[in-house]
Amino acid sequence: MAERALLELHGVSIAFGGLRAVQDVSFAVQPGTLSALIGPNGAGKTTLFALMSGFLKPASGRVVFDGVDITGRAPHLNARAGMTRTFQIVQPFAAQTVRENIAVGAHLHEPRRAAALAAAERVAQQVGLAPQLDKPAADLTVAGRKRLELARALATRPKLLLLDEVLAGLNPQEIAEMIPVVRSIVADGAHGGVTVLMIEHVMQAVMNLAEQVWVLAQGQLIASGTPAQVTADDRVIEAYLGHGTAARLRGATA
Amino acid sequence: MGRDLATIAAFAAAVGALTWALDSGVWLTFVMLALYATLLAQAWNILGGYGGQFSFGHALFFGCGAYVQAIAQLQGGLNAWVALGLAVAVAGAVGSFVGALSFRYGLKGSYFALVTLAFAEVFRILAVSASFTGGGVGLMLPLQESVANLQFGSRKGYIGVVLGFVVAALLVTAWLRHSRFGAQLQAVRDNEDAARAVGVDPYRTKLGAITLSAAFMGAAGAFYLQVFQYIDPGIAFGPHVSVEALVGAIVGGMGTLWGPVLGALVLHLLADLTRNLFGQLPGLNMVIYGAVLVLIVMFLPRGLSGMGRSVRELWRRGRG
Repeated sequence: MAERALLELHGVSIAFGGLRAVQDVSFAVQPGTLSALIGPNGAGKTTLFALMSGFLKPASGRVVFDGVDITGRAPHLNARAGMTRTFQIVQPFAAQTVRENIAVGAHLHEPRRAAALAAAERVAQQVGLAPQLDKPAADLTVAGRKRLELARALATRPKLLLLDEVLAGLNPQEIAEMIPVVRSIVADGAHGGVTVLMIEHVMQAVMNLAEQVWVLAQGQLIASGTPAQVTADDRVIEAYLGHGTAARLRGATA
Repeated sequence: MGRDLATIAAFAAAVGALTWALDSGVWLTFVMLALYATLLAQAWNILGGYGGQFSFGHALFFGCGAYVQAIAQLQGGLNAWVALGLAVAVAGAVGSFVGALSFRYGLKGSYFALVTLAFAEVFRILAVSASFTGGGVGLMLPLQESVANLQFGSRKGYIGVVLGFVVAALLVTAWLRHSRFGAQLQAVRDNEDAARAVGVDPYRTKLGAITLSAAFMGAAGAFYLQVFQYIDPGIAFGPHVSVEALVGAIVGGMGTLWGPVLGALVLHLLADLTRNLFGQLPGLNMVIYGAVLVLIVMFLPRGLSGMGRSVRELWRRGRG
């Protein structure tokens, strides 16, 4: 790992009143990788995304992106620098068509309208939204909206893409269709090789896609490693299933 | 873009031809006032329709335009056309100022509406108290008919001026529909967080929109002064102009190119009609005007220009 990390968190914390949502979290995302952030509901994963992308300002700690300290910098500036996030609860520009939605992302680096619309079409093909290009975003299915969320972020040509549960709410077939799309984003050299950090509950996808996994529970980082390592970790099992379950599970298999 | 430009050119040509052909002073006045109402609605539409920021105090910018137009001529000795340029610029600057204050602090929705309302009211009170505005008496522009003074013997001259502004506002709106700035503005309107996530600066985007919108309101204010040659704080900063601007845009269809034109025309027709039919019963015309507004807002949420879609939806819901 001689390469400089693309994103580094140094002791990032934030509290909402008495709730310590994120406590002293540090990790580094290496360029060109696909990694995942997992953890039980309410662990602070989405809050951590908001802290990275500038929607929230950490109470303490630093966020370094591409060698620059961006702690608390506004989201639109982070997007310009190459870090774009998606939302768990999809946020389409409902009144506009799919093409227009994606073009807003493309406009980040493309002032001309025609070129942005053309770029939107290319991105739509990449994520499998091409047949819906002229539909209003409000008419899309959940799966379609998830793809739109991904496409709009991808159209900004990010270096780092923060995907917040792009698979949540999809049926098994839709998940199976989406996994190769996510994989292609990282592999696709034509787009400069996007680094992806995803929040995901669908373990099938995490096991399938991620090279590196961080586990967050109650605002703290409790484990990291390959998917196989973290799923074997006692603390991770107990965070998901409750105290003492790790030993019981081992007893059951022994 | 091409189609929008073509329809705007056709609109300008049609209004021009109609004006040229008309002889009756009553109808020329009607055309002039309808275009003036269109200008108000179209100006509001830039910020309210495309930017989603509902101002209840657009009279603020209108009043600034009207007063600058008057003061620049009366006290500054400036030529009326130069004053017009100044009026538009000052109104735009006041728009930037109000926008900078309210958008910097993230005021949205009803809070933004209340702040604009309050600003208009503050300016109305200031205009009453200051001496250079003529106080509560207002300012009167002496009658000196000549093109150089922006005063015309015939309504046709005024129609030419206001049509120019309406076409300019339509061109700006068409640009919003086919440009990066417009795409970003509509993105901020539809979902500010999503827009920020893909690199749109909501503050600067809204600031640009309010500046443009205010500049056109300033033009309308200056035009008002040139036509009626009189302005007082109530006319300039009172709620009447604010309401006329936003109702025209909402009734016609917010965030569309032709909605505000249609809305302003229909409302103007309606107001004239009710006044002529029920004028002898004071207030009845306003009752009917209000009732029609309520009906439009209830049954045509997309305004008159979105009537087809709204009716289809009502029909489907009725059967389903």
